[in-house]
Amino acid sequence: MLLLIQYTLIFASVLLLVALGGCFSEHSGVINIGLEGIMVMGALGGALMMKYIPAGLPAIAIILLVILASALAGLVYSLLLAVAAINFKADQTLVGTAMNLLGTAAATVMVRAINSAENADNVSSSIQYIEQKKAFLVNIGGFEFNWFMLVAAVALAVSYVVLYKTRFGLRLQACGEHPQAADSVGINVYKMRYAGVLISGVLGGLGGIVYITAGVSEWKFENGVAGFGFLALAVMIFGQWKPIRIALAALLFGLFRALSNVYSGFDFLASLQIPGSVYNMLPYIISLIVLTFTSSKSRAPKAEGIPYDKGQR
Amino acid sequence: MDKKKKNILRNNGLQSLIASLVCILLGLFVGFLALLIINAGGAWDAIVAVTKNFLYYPSVPAQLKYLGSTLVKAAPLLMCSLSVLFAYKVGLFNIGAAGQYVAGAGACLYLALGPKLPWYVCLLGAVAAAAIVGGISGILKAYCNVNEVISCIMLNWIGLYTVNMLLTNVKEPTSPYTVTLANGNEGAIMPTLGLDKLFTNNRYVTIAIPLSVIVAIIIWILLEKTKLGYELKATGMNKHAAKYCGMKEKRNIILTMVIAGGLAGMGAGFFYLSGLEQWMCTQTSVPAMGFNGIAAAFLGGLNPIGAIFSSYFIQHITNGGAYVDKSLYCAQISDFISSMIIYLCGFVFFFKLCMNRFLDKREERKAGQKGGEA
Repeated sequence: MLLLIQYTLIFASVLLLVALGGCFSEHSGVINIGLEGIMVMGALGGALMMKYIPAGLPAIAIILLVILASALAGLVYSLLLAVAAINFKADQTLVGTAMNLLGTAAATVMVRAINSAENADNVSSSIQYIEQKKAFLVNIGGFEFNWFMLVAAVALAVSYVVLYKTRFGLRLQACGEHPQAADSVGINVYKMRYAGVLISGVLGGLGGIVYITAGVSEWKFENGVAGFGFLALAVMIFGQWKPIRIALAALLFGLFRALSNVYSGFDFLASLQIPGSVYNMLPYIISLIVLTFTSSKSRAPKAEGIPYDKGQR
Repeated sequence: MDKKKKNILRNNGLQSLIASLVCILLGLFVGFLALLIINAGGAWDAIVAVTKNFLYYPSVPAQLKYLGSTLVKAAPLLMCSLSVLFAYKVGLFNIGAAGQYVAGAGACLYLALGPKLPWYVCLLGAVAAAAIVGGISGILKAYCNVNEVISCIMLNWIGLYTVNMLLTNVKEPTSPYTVTLANGNEGAIMPTLGLDKLFTNNRYVTIAIPLSVIVAIIIWILLEKTKLGYELKATGMNKHAAKYCGMKEKRNIILTMVIAGGLAGMGAGFFYLSGLEQWMCTQTSVPAMGFNGIAAAFLGGLNPIGAIFSSYFIQHITNGGAYVDKSLYCAQISDFISSMIIYLCGFVFFFKLCMNRFLDKREERKAGQKGGEA
């Protein structure tokens, strides 16, 4: 049972971080399908930091450095989307899809190059971080507390305050609802959209590193992040673009994801003989059903996906 | 004289072609830079290897054989790109080509290996299953206003896990792969009609390849020359206007997704019924074929005929990745290049804008000169 809670919380943290990222981007008016790719890049940044970090640093320094590295990697990578979607008015879905493919390919190429430069026989695309990973974990009576759970909680609180209680957040949302109106009262729509996309890059990158350190201590970058970026999108929609609801949705989806990992440990679930795939599938099915009933009065930002053109009215 | 020249460069098709070539060249250039960073010495050889693909072999029969291998994979890619571009013409972004492809793969392999049906039944099964998956997105879009991108993403993953479960019933007992068609049911392999002879007995070269080109031409005719195509495109431009003109806009949206799904499913049939590869039942990611279809569709300028060439090109460099010096680089470099090209396709609109601006300026200058003379 403890294991289930632990997995639920860590998966929920991943989903929460990435979905909040998507939330910022979409509230600014840019659809971010590329979250999956951003996660891979963030994971890569964090994993490389863990690989090269000198041993013997205090745990807090390791945590901060790794967080910084993944956030930075995510931020830089999300610039690809920002530039294409905001300055060049590219099709956001197309660019996002390209970023997902590019993220996995680029990460694999990089990690393989690094691995084979170290040792000519090593052609794997994995990075190991057994020792460094211990810095993130604190054992509380059999429950492995992960500092990233706290990071996710903080991110939730900060996002809520920023989106609803600050001038910046409200302006950001205005750019996603009606950019022309926002522009007419002197808000720089381009800047706001950049801010939204870059914040989503930071949060997505963080989500990536949390995901690859969640259960394992080495990561094969060829596999990308196995659809977690898309799951986070589902969480965001399920949460109707609102931070608190997103958090609840993340917990629910995290629970299903955790069940697929540990369901065999529960007698009554194991006796049902449901294959693991079903648990993996459930979050997607549920969100599809929910979408069916809620989409006619969707709370999606109205101007999302439409490039902002100053000349248009 | 002057006027004629202007018309050619202003031609939308030619502009698309130029923009696509720019994307390809820039993509290759970025790939080259990445290779330079990894290892400067072999970068040029590697990029040449990627672009040469089967020409790597000195003898003509070997070249033909590996050209065949590229074509075998280019045919399903073409179908996926047709699926994407067909939906895009009707204003829908079919990111679900990947999931529809998965559904088609599941259906055709199960029909081939479970009840051991002949290939044409399996192919139809693949088309039907994928059309249903596409149709679900269409119905949700038409009646419940669910964004097709989101429902397609959900269906991609639902499809993947369902197919994994379904095909576990027909897999090899000792490996995660499905039973090969050659062992399980030879009747399910698509006929070659002697095409394999043309490609030095490459037995995976089947009628799928000419069929895919024929389908591309049919789709072009459907979109450009028929009433149905016109109605579908009108619905894509403005749903409300289409309704006002008496078109059944809901039916059109659903029909589009059904056709798009069917195309992707046919692609899956073309690929898995050639017997080249088996399905891995422990797969945790949606096959890239559908996403590459998006690339091919946009690179081909969203034109079915253009898609024939762009699909071949993307598959050409993807296969070419296998020929880079493995001690220096990895084969994924070609994935890197092709995803870079897709990314750059996002800028096509901008390229065209630049081209038009350049032409405008030149004309203005000319007009100015003429005015000065007069």
